[in-house]
Amino acid sequence: MVDPWTIFWVVTTFGLYIIIAIRARAGSTEDFYVAGHDVHPVINGMATGADWMSAASFLSMAGLIAFMGYGGSVYLMGWTGGYVLLALLLAPYLREFGKFTVPDFVGDRYYSKVARVIAVLCALFVSFTYIAGQMKGVGVAFSGFLGVSFNVGILIGMGIVFFYAVLGGMKGITYTQVAQYVVLIFAYTVPAIFISLTITGNPVPQLGFIGNAAGTDVSMLDKLNTVVTDLGFREYTSTDKSQLDVFCITAALMFGTAGLPHVIIRFFTVGSARAARKSAGWALMFIALLYTVAPAVGAFARMNFVDTVNEATYIADAENYETRAAEILADGGKPVPEWYKDWEKTGLLAYEDLNGDGVMQYRGPDAPDGLANEVTLNRDIFVLANPQIANLPNWVIGLVVAGGLAAALSTAAGLLMVISSAVSHDLLKRTFRPDMSEKSEMLAARVAAAFAVLLAGLLGIFATQLPFVAQVVAFAFGLAAASLFPIIFLGIFWKRMNKQGAISSMLTGLVTTFAYIYYFKFIDRTAEHWLFGISPEGIGFVFMWLSLAVGIGVSLVTPPPPQAIQDLVQDIRIPGMRRIHGARDRDMPPTPETKVT
Amino acid sequence: MSEEQPTGPSAANQAAYWKSTLRLTISLLAVWFLVSFGAGIIFRDALDNFSIGGAPLGFWMAQNGSIYVFLLLIVIYCIRMTQLEKKYGIRG
Repeated sequence: MVDPWTIFWVVTTFGLYIIIAIRARAGSTEDFYVAGHDVHPVINGMATGADWMSAASFLSMAGLIAFMGYGGSVYLMGWTGGYVLLALLLAPYLREFGKFTVPDFVGDRYYSKVARVIAVLCALFVSFTYIAGQMKGVGVAFSGFLGVSFNVGILIGMGIVFFYAVLGGMKGITYTQVAQYVVLIFAYTVPAIFISLTITGNPVPQLGFIGNAAGTDVSMLDKLNTVVTDLGFREYTSTDKSQLDVFCITAALMFGTAGLPHVIIRFFTVGSARAARKSAGWALMFIALLYTVAPAVGAFARMNFVDTVNEATYIADAENYETRAAEILADGGKPVPEWYKDWEKTGLLAYEDLNGDGVMQYRGPDAPDGLANEVTLNRDIFVLANPQIANLPNWVIGLVVAGGLAAALSTAAGLLMVISSAVSHDLLKRTFRPDMSEKSEMLAARVAAAFAVLLAGLLGIFATQLPFVAQVVAFAFGLAAASLFPIIFLGIFWKRMNKQGAISSMLTGLVTTFAYIYYFKFIDRTAEHWLFGISPEGIGFVFMWLSLAVGIGVSLVTPPPPQAIQDLVQDIRIPGMRRIHGARDRDMPPTPETKVT
Repeated sequence: MSEEQPTGPSAANQAAYWKSTLRLTISLLAVWFLVSFGAGIIFRDALDNFSIGGAPLGFWMAQNGSIYVFLLLIVIYCIRMTQLEKKYGIRG
């Protein structure tokens, strides 16, 4: 069964993205890499919101929080707090520096091709890990809701991204991301408002979250704590993680967010340092619209799931749902809800009648009544089934699928830009073929983007066989925090930081973090062996300090950077000085480049 | 506006601007640390003795409150930086 409204929304939104792409074609490398350096701060903020909020934020986060309770706070604080670091420490200065990419800054600031190439490798690894997850999300959405196979779904998604990323570059991506933001935020908040009304009687989810349960004078969270502990789960407002681990994961996600290349490059697209600061504020506002709703949705969905599913009488597929449901109600029982039956077909929910009583027992590990759990569910169900749980019309349900696709495609496009510019600009133009004309660089960028789309699709198709894809949170954020953030930060705030320091700092962060995550994710999964009890998701924060220390130590025992570089750092700290000293965004004079060592 | 020379703001102004920028950045980051790692994690249990609406305060800070403060911090930063730029004749 394919819902016509789902098809309607997916076709309409995809058509919209294509129209935007045709109207926003890139004419120059500046258009292609940074959308001409003149995007309005609010527009860029919105585009950053879509760029940032991935399939995981949209589909999985509320469900994760629903199961983790307080433990889910690491994502909420981590993925928003990073924007404070970005706005205060990186974005305005990197914009003032100009240029196109993160490795551009690293290569120029540290006057070294080696540093540039290592930064390219970090950016590529982080981006490919991340993009595979997005393409997988696209495949899941298509196969689950549009009646086509997983692989065909990925191919359709690749086709759409190919069209606007290869044709329009950053310019095309910026304006499609704005449209995608509108689609995804609408699809997320409308069902949230209605489910908030159902559970708490308050239409504002953020207020419902701290309000009372509908029709009672008990607070919603207190009631939820009672409900879940009665079934043998942990209290909702508690966590099984240690305080130190919560601290480290939150920090790794924050510093990782600030160091992620696909987020940073969005701030190269605005006109000035001042615009970059404002834009970071707008970006966080657009992100907060979803992120402050998510914990409410998680809590409401958990409550609603227990209310409607636990102790409900199951109705088999062979029976007529309506007549059987009426019979159960007449007997004073609770029939399994209709949305449950609808979603059961997707395999996201399953019921196994262990005690043969025909009633669905949903239980935690320490159920006081000793009964076994009979209901298993995929956490994504909480966002996907929300509109039906809240009895919303069919057109809203289709919109959620379009919203999930918008979230996945917009993030994938941002990552594609990092990948293609890393190859065409940083590897070719700035490292191996400096005499390349602008026209051939554009062509190279488009070819690189096309190849990146293909590779991303393949990674998505084989995602289930590639274990690292499932570890995006650990790998992408950990590596961004430990290898990219320290050298960008020191490059701006410490003039004395030199080439040797930067190279050793990046390598330290990269090798230690990668090794730790790989070891504890794939070789030894015993949590008792973790260093200080810190999980692989949080270790990036620890190795970030090591990377900072190594960078500073090595710089101090090697010669200081050339005067021209120290002047460059001085200039990017004071907005406007780069321009006064003759640097223009286009064709900035190359900084002195020492021989590759 | 009128004091702007082709060479940009004076060295003294540049130095003063950078010093003020650093001071502002450090104080805002202190608040950033206190509301997230402080209120939401380290002092969470103590704050849970208080509540905002029906939610324990520490829990709420970790899931909602800190995000509002983050947003406020960036807004303050933008306003203060614009004032600093005006004060020291920096034209970005």
